[in-house]
Amino acid sequence: MGEWWTTETSMENYEISSISHVTMSPSRRNNLVSMYSFPLSKSSYSVISAFCTEDNIPQCISYINQELASLGLSSTCIEAISPGGTGLSTVPALNAMYELLQIHRRSMCNLEELEREQLRKSSTLEHIQMSNTRLKDQLELSIREKSGLHETERQLQLKIKTLQSCLKTEKDEVQKLQSVIASRASQYSHDAKRKEREAVKLKERLSQLLIDRKDKKLAIDVLNCLGRADGKRRHWKTTKATSSHEDEMYKSLLSDYEASQRSLMLENAELKKVLQQMKKEMMHILSPRQPSTRGATADDSQEQADLDGEAKGGDASRESLDQYCEHAREQLTNSIRQQWRKLRNHVERLDSQASQAQNQLESNKEVIPRETHEDEMERMRCEVQQCREFIHAQQQLLQQQLNTSFDDETAALLNDCYTLEEKERLKEEWRLFEEQKRNFERERKNFTEAAIRLGREKKAFEEDRASWLKNQFLNMTPFTHRRRYSSSDGQSALSIRSEPEIRMSSVKSQLAKSSTYTTFSTPRPSQSAPVPSTTELYRTLRLIPDSSSSRHSNRGRWPECSNIEDGETLVRPKNRLRSGGMSIFSLGEDENSFT
Amino acid sequence: MNFSEVFKQTNQLCKVSPDGKYLATCVQYRLVVRDVSTLQILQLYTCLDQVSHMEWSSDSLFILCAMYNRGLVQVWSLEQPDWHCKIDEGSIGLVSSRWSPDGRHILNTTEFHLRVTVWSLCTKAVSYIKYPKACQKGIDFSRDGRYMALAERRDCKDYVCVFVCDDWHLLRHFETETQDLAGLEWSPNGCVLAVWDSCLEYMVLLYSLDGRLLSTYSAYEWSLGVKSVSWSPSSQFLAIGSYDEKVRILNHITWKKITQFEHPAIIDNTKTVYKEAEKRPGVGSDEMPLHNITMGATLFNTQSKYEICPLPVQIPVVKPDPDRASPKIGISVLAFSSDSRYLATKNGGFQVQSLNWHCSGDSLILLGKEQLCLCYMDTDQEDK
Repeated sequence: MGEWWTTETSMENYEISSISHVTMSPSRRNNLVSMYSFPLSKSSYSVISAFCTEDNIPQCISYINQELASLGLSSTCIEAISPGGTGLSTVPALNAMYELLQIHRRSMCNLEELEREQLRKSSTLEHIQMSNTRLKDQLELSIREKSGLHETERQLQLKIKTLQSCLKTEKDEVQKLQSVIASRASQYSHDAKRKEREAVKLKERLSQLLIDRKDKKLAIDVLNCLGRADGKRRHWKTTKATSSHEDEMYKSLLSDYEASQRSLMLENAELKKVLQQMKKEMMHILSPRQPSTRGATADDSQEQADLDGEAKGGDASRESLDQYCEHAREQLTNSIRQQWRKLRNHVERLDSQASQAQNQLESNKEVIPRETHEDEMERMRCEVQQCREFIHAQQQLLQQQLNTSFDDETAALLNDCYTLEEKERLKEEWRLFEEQKRNFERERKNFTEAAIRLGREKKAFEEDRASWLKNQFLNMTPFTHRRRYSSSDGQSALSIRSEPEIRMSSVKSQLAKSSTYTTFSTPRPSQSAPVPSTTELYRTLRLIPDSSSSRHSNRGRWPECSNIEDGETLVRPKNRLRSGGMSIFSLGEDENSFT
Repeated sequence: MNFSEVFKQTNQLCKVSPDGKYLATCVQYRLVVRDVSTLQILQLYTCLDQVSHMEWSSDSLFILCAMYNRGLVQVWSLEQPDWHCKIDEGSIGLVSSRWSPDGRHILNTTEFHLRVTVWSLCTKAVSYIKYPKACQKGIDFSRDGRYMALAERRDCKDYVCVFVCDDWHLLRHFETETQDLAGLEWSPNGCVLAVWDSCLEYMVLLYSLDGRLLSTYSAYEWSLGVKSVSWSPSSQFLAIGSYDEKVRILNHITWKKITQFEHPAIIDNTKTVYKEAEKRPGVGSDEMPLHNITMGATLFNTQSKYEICPLPVQIPVVKPDPDRASPKIGISVLAFSSDSRYLATKNGGFQVQSLNWHCSGDSLILLGKEQLCLCYMDTDQEDK
């Protein structure tokens, strides 16, 4: 319908605009409606005249009939009065008009209704939209509230947990305390009961005593008094005794303190030594024998080490001499701390470098630095070990030197003195040895001389004997004076022989003193064969005590047999020597006793 | 190990003389002295009543027999069997009797601990010491026998009296800071006296010989405290065993704790645990794990064997009744070896009566109620 109107409004624009001022019901916003209703009331003539003119009446009629038919009004058709005439039959035309009006009215009603419907619907739509937005807002709000509530709930849960744990600990503690209280209470009650029992016993005993009243006197009955265990007599109790007790007590306390102090000092010295050693080692480790990759840091540490070394040079003497000085102790600990810090930094740097190397380089390249690192470490370890040993040795020497607290010159002098002393001693011993050797030579010479002399004497004695025998044989008559003469000869021989015996005594004394010489003395063969060797002589000397008993018998045995002559010759000088030998032995013993 | 025939004795009164030559046993009212090597009876003495306590004098010449019921003490001489000595305490009664270290004085504690009477066998003189305290260990002699420390309780306060054993002269008398003194012990070097409180309070006080307080030590409060105390033979350490099943060791320079040993029910950290398994069924097995000590097993009885248990080992612990007084928990026996290297402890209610080390310091004898165990230490393996 709108389209239809637009085709025609171009013709009726000025009329429509004049109509628009007419007031309508306010619900009619539709201009189409307003425009629609009025052109029929007012200048309808001009509208119709535009459509139908006097020449196109039948066309108009047919056109209108078609229109009516299309509208469903086929029953009412407009007819002309006369064909070709200009008039219309009024009845069908009016019917048609009436039908059209009806239709129009109906459509207007519909329109009104539709408009009303539309209005209503739009208002409900608005209403619904508003409520929708309102509800959305409400929903958001409620969601936010919910999250907030969740949050608070969570926090409260946490709180509950902590409070529960607190409660548990408190309960445990309470339980523990309760158990403690319980045990203490039981202990108290036990003690109280014991005391009560004792009190009861006391009361009973008291009552018993008060009732009984027959005192059994306490006494001691000993058979006899004993002496004290350490044998001393009992002392009176005097103030001197009490003070001596005090003294003894303090003495024992002091000695105990001194002993503990000594051990503590020793420990202290040990620990100080260890610290010093550690410091030296640390300094040595940090000394600039490291590879140049360290660069500036090495220089720094070297400088520091030098400084420390200088300080330490002064320190060492001070530290070891003034070991108990607070200052020295502080210095030592400070320097150790410093060194340790440096060492630690160094190690940390090494660690970081190693880790960097690991991170940066590839696997095959990684191996090499680590290997070199390890090699270096090994080398350093060996060096450290060597240096440690060296330092230890040096420290010992230093300690020795410093113990005597001398400077270098006198130390050297002392060393010289020691060696000198050694030399002196050695010289002395050599001298003694030489002397003894000489003595021994002399003795041996004497001995051989004596042996030679003995041989000669023996020979002389043989000759004597022979002469005596001859005399005897020749003088068969018992001329006693002759025999006495010959015996006096023998005695003179004896007396003569006493001299070498005396001389021999000195030899023998020396022999007795230094009997060891004879054991390894090479027995020099005597110059004459029948002369017995020195060893034999010694042996014969040894045999002297045995033959002393057979002294007298020997004299008688002389004329008996000659095959024991040799033995007798041995015996004789034995006897001779024996008499001197006895003296020799006694002399020797005296010598021994004097030595 | 060979055992001799069984000899009768009463009251567990059976002691070897200090010089190791004689063995004295009491049978009812008789005192029998035997030679240790031959077990022949050398002397036989008859006392007036059943003997409650018997003790050798320090020079092994005399034996003291105390009869607490009659309040009598009789002293017998080994050299002169007909020498006799009888001390009658009279109506005041007798609770304990002991020798002094010089072997010539006898200290009798009267009933109710009213006083201590010192009888001299040299002069028949008597001295009295008043207000002695009745506690776990109230009298201790120093090892060299010169001083005696005695606990005194006067006016609800504890004191310590130090006497010179020569003439029983009171050298020092000082108050202690304990609530209820339970015991005192001299250090082996005789310069420090350790004093400890009763089990209601953990307090150990150290006094020097002249009565100055050197230090105090208290590990914790309120729970039951010290149960046993022992000095090391070198006087360097003081071991304190307490009811919380821990042993704490103090050092003699600072008197502070240097270490503590625990006795947990599950053993995890020692080197080896030896468990005796007896073949006889029905008899329980004894275990005695010692801290940080390796033990060499010894088979003394063909019926029992020792097997090494793999760690961790659970010790069968009997929870004592906490309502009773003096519960059977805590360290009750401590024993140092003679070179102060090892410490043997007994915790809990195990049936061990005593722990004693051999003087060479490498073997330990455990005496149980019915059993005896000798432990040899394998000192080569010890790396502590």
